[in-house]
Amino acid sequence: MERPSWAPEEIDLSKPSVARVYDYYLGGSHNFEVDREMAAQAVAMWPELPRIMQENRAFMRRAVRHLLDDGITQFLDIGSGIPTVGSTHEVVRNAGSDAPVVYVDLDPVAVAHGRAILAGDPRAAMLGGDLRQPQDVLEAAAATGLVDLERPLGVLLVAVLHFVHDDEGPADIMATLHKHTAPGSRLVVSHASGDGRPDKAAEHQDLYRSRNAPMHMRGRAEIGALLSGFDLVDPGLVFLPEWRPEPGAEPVADAALFAGIAGVGIRT
Amino acid sequence: MSSHADDAPSGAAGTSPAGLTAGGLNPTLSAPVPYAGDAYDEFARQWAHSVQGTSYVPLPLADMQVYLRDLTRRLSSALGSEPFQPHEARSIGEALVAAHFTGTGTLERTFALIGAWWPVLRERAYAERHDPDAYLLRLIQIQGALAAGYAEALRTRTLHEQQSIHAAVLDARELTEQALHTSEARFRAVFEQSGLGIAIGDVDGVILDVNPALAQMFGFHTDDLTGRQVRDFMLADDPGHVWQWYEELVRGEREHFSAEKRYLRADGEPLWTHLTVSLVRDTAGHPEYQVAMIEDVTDRHRLYTRLRHQSQHDPLTGLPNRALFFDRLDAVFAAPGDADRVGLCYLDLDGFKVVNDSLGHDVGDQLLIAVARRLDAYVSRAGHLIARMGGDEFVVLVEHSAGTGQVVALAEGILGALREPFRIRGHDLAVTASIGIVERPVAGTGPADTMRAADITLYWAKSGGRGRWTVFDTERNDREVARYTLSAEMPAALHHGEFDVDYQPLVSLADGAVLGVEALVRWRHPRQGLIGPDRFIGLAEETGLIVPLGMYVLERACREARRWRDLGGPVPFVSVNLAERQCHEPGLVRQVRRVLAETGLEPERLQFELTESQIMATDGGPLERLRELAEMGVRIAIDDFGTGYSNLAYLRRLPVCELKIAGSFVEGLRGSGDADPDPVDARIVASLVDLAHALGLTVTAEGIETAAQAERLRDIGCDAGQGWYFSRPGPADRIATLLDGVPRVR
Ligand SMILES: C[S@@+](CC[C@H](N)C(=O)[O-])C[C@H]1O[C@@H](n2cnc3c(N)ncnc32)[C@H](O)[C@@H]1O
Repeated sequence: MERPSWAPEEIDLSKPSVARVYDYYLGGSHNFEVDREMAAQAVAMWPELPRIMQENRAFMRRAVRHLLDDGITQFLDIGSGIPTVGSTHEVVRNAGSDAPVVYVDLDPVAVAHGRAILAGDPRAAMLGGDLRQPQDVLEAAAATGLVDLERPLGVLLVAVLHFVHDDEGPADIMATLHKHTAPGSRLVVSHASGDGRPDKAAEHQDLYRSRNAPMHMRGRAEIGALLSGFDLVDPGLVFLPEWRPEPGAEPVADAALFAGIAGVGIRT
Repeated sequence: MSSHADDAPSGAAGTSPAGLTAGGLNPTLSAPVPYAGDAYDEFARQWAHSVQGTSYVPLPLADMQVYLRDLTRRLSSALGSEPFQPHEARSIGEALVAAHFTGTGTLERTFALIGAWWPVLRERAYAERHDPDAYLLRLIQIQGALAAGYAEALRTRTLHEQQSIHAAVLDARELTEQALHTSEARFRAVFEQSGLGIAIGDVDGVILDVNPALAQMFGFHTDDLTGRQVRDFMLADDPGHVWQWYEELVRGEREHFSAEKRYLRADGEPLWTHLTVSLVRDTAGHPEYQVAMIEDVTDRHRLYTRLRHQSQHDPLTGLPNRALFFDRLDAVFAAPGDADRVGLCYLDLDGFKVVNDSLGHDVGDQLLIAVARRLDAYVSRAGHLIARMGGDEFVVLVEHSAGTGQVVALAEGILGALREPFRIRGHDLAVTASIGIVERPVAGTGPADTMRAADITLYWAKSGGRGRWTVFDTERNDREVARYTLSAEMPAALHHGEFDVDYQPLVSLADGAVLGVEALVRWRHPRQGLIGPDRFIGLAEETGLIVPLGMYVLERACREARRWRDLGGPVPFVSVNLAERQCHEPGLVRQVRRVLAETGLEPERLQFELTESQIMATDGGPLERLRELAEMGVRIAIDDFGTGYSNLAYLRRLPVCELKIAGSFVEGLRGSGDADPDPVDARIVASLVDLAHALGLTVTAEGIETAAQAERLRDIGCDAGQGWYFSRPGPADRIATLLDGVPRVR
């Protein structure tokens, strides 16, 4: 008899991984030839992609700082990718906070890598988990003892929701997250969107789909609808660079080119 | 967006000299570079701007500028170091990598920026009286060192990251394998040790693996089962939907199903199971395996079957019971084929109660068992169902009957089978049975109706005598139904005044005077029209309605008779029939008295007619009542005299004053035309008249239709006559008219 299909997946290095491709865009070397090859293809189609990814990471950094300033003292980063350069716990620690951070990702390599990186930080943990089973994710996170769901929690869904297909009930997922988190919790969301570059969007989605990582860009209204129950802080849902740019940063004239929409909501 | 290296010079050319001048930057080659805030700031700002986007640097903008400003200072210091130590610049390259300026564009843009600042630096060289060429050489060396430091650090970092990601892959693999192993081990453990039979097959139905529990259940070795086709286990009596569900499952249209299914064990014994089959899909969602979980429910099934058998069989004889019989009968009518017929033999032992009562229940039970055995042997051989309905009643169901003949033959066979006496506990018991047969098309009737028909027919057979069969007769049934309907309607009819009274005179044969008038009840039925007493008096006697009906007729007749007195002339009595049931009523005399008092009729003007057999059976209370009536002066007549048996000695002692000779004797006196009257009848009538007269009774002949009859009867000496010759029965008014002009005897 062959391996029963309910057993975990094998690690298949012949396929690119979203997490490693993303690392490559950020300038990391936590990636393999297949990842770089896929990234190269994507960049050939859409040369600004690395900048978009960096903007996404920068948004995440600003958002986490904002949450810290707002008194959030625990974080759950779902779809964290490989927690390398500029990851949530790094931002938190650099800000002088020892707030606990729990990372969750679907990619077993990212999880293994994360564990290695976090070995020296007892206030951070990396879990394997699937956003599409939000209740399991929350339970597993709570089970680490690092985060307490009864208290306000900073939940990060950065560049991950677009990997959840409409058939997989994104609204239900969000409702579950809402239900099981305490009022005053924060939700940090960024989401790939074709709104800025409709010309590029289709091609790009096709590429990801062909690499076993189907991606579903959504429009601002659709994304907004997913966030019901979370009050958006200023400036609401905007293109990545427009979300609370750092003082002194030059205004980005072509923010729409950054095909991602971002926002932070407060759980009511 | 990203700024390009060639943008920098214009920016630098525009702002830098002014900035440096304003900042009073006086870098010297011979001394450490003093603090020169504004120029460093400017360079750092331009540097940050130019390398932006080459990689992600996780620093806020302000922090990044501080960081680069520090590197600028170190760069400047290296440039002016005495003795000149270009390798200091290596650490600047390393610092860039450390801050994650890992994009390869970093060096390119950094050097382009330095190039753009050359004019400023050259100015400084002049100002500090250095040889600009030597200064340029220093700059190139510093860039080389920076590049070397950067490359070295990036190489180290890259190697490290590559190593760490590989390590992560190994870790992940190990974790996965562990998980896989645990999950497989767990699965194996469940599979091997489960008490539940588990089989795994592919979607083509090939069995890939079965667990020991399953093999044991089937009595096979596991190897005998793997490789076989799931469809090999299809049995003819599988419920049809099981295989339909199975097909849907392997096509991926159904995730699982459960069913009760029978299998055959290796030894041919039935294996009853509760089966659950689930579909397993591959990661792409295509059907990949089927997993069957099989629970052995044979014991449960046996128990259930036994309980079911018990609930459907008679514990004494072991024959099917009425529940099973009705199930089967219902099934016959539930799905009839075209022109399908059905037959029933409803059978009941004659005189079984006697056996029970005289020889005891035990013998009775033994007899029933023996009868059942014989019936079963005979009937089941013919392929029919025989059931015990209770007591000594049995029923045979003939499905798809070929016609009445077949069922009659079967009934005769049954009677034949019972002919041989039964030897029970030393007694030789001869048993006969009565059988009611119904045989009919299935269409158009139902089980209840058919069963009722069989029941009625059995009753007919029984009342026809023992040891016989009777076939259901629709007309007879209709008649009985009609009779029944009529008797059921009677009470309401009485209430609604549907009964009417007609009158027929009793005429003196001597002078034609109207001696009396007989009151005859009629039923004006709203649908059936006028109904004579012959059709309903018997029913009324059966139901007891005769008592109120008789009283009703009595009251009407007495009131009418009272009117005749007012007409003047000789006043006839009124003759009313008195039924046996009425004689048994203790209140009879009181009621008669009341009616007479209410109507004002003299008792002598009332006559009661009783039949011969009725009066002969009269005894005790009834006889007392007749005596009392007679003493009151009420006349008592015997109706239909000559048709029953009369005890003449007894007759003498009865309070009777008149005999009415039955019409059947009078018939013989008719002798129309040249035919002579029947001499026997004439002599009988003559003797009856003599007898009556000898007893002091008057005689009325009934049913006189001709003048000749009247003549002869008068000659014989009969006192009075009644019949169509004188007058048909008619409404009360007719009598009143009649009393004025009575027809003469011709
Ligand atoms: C583009 S990366 C984003 C990383 C990080 N959140 C950031 O934005 O900087 C997307 C990550 O989401 C993960 N991911 C995709 N689908 C997921 C799911 N259903 N549950 C958890 N993680 C998922 C991928 O493995 C990948 O590491």
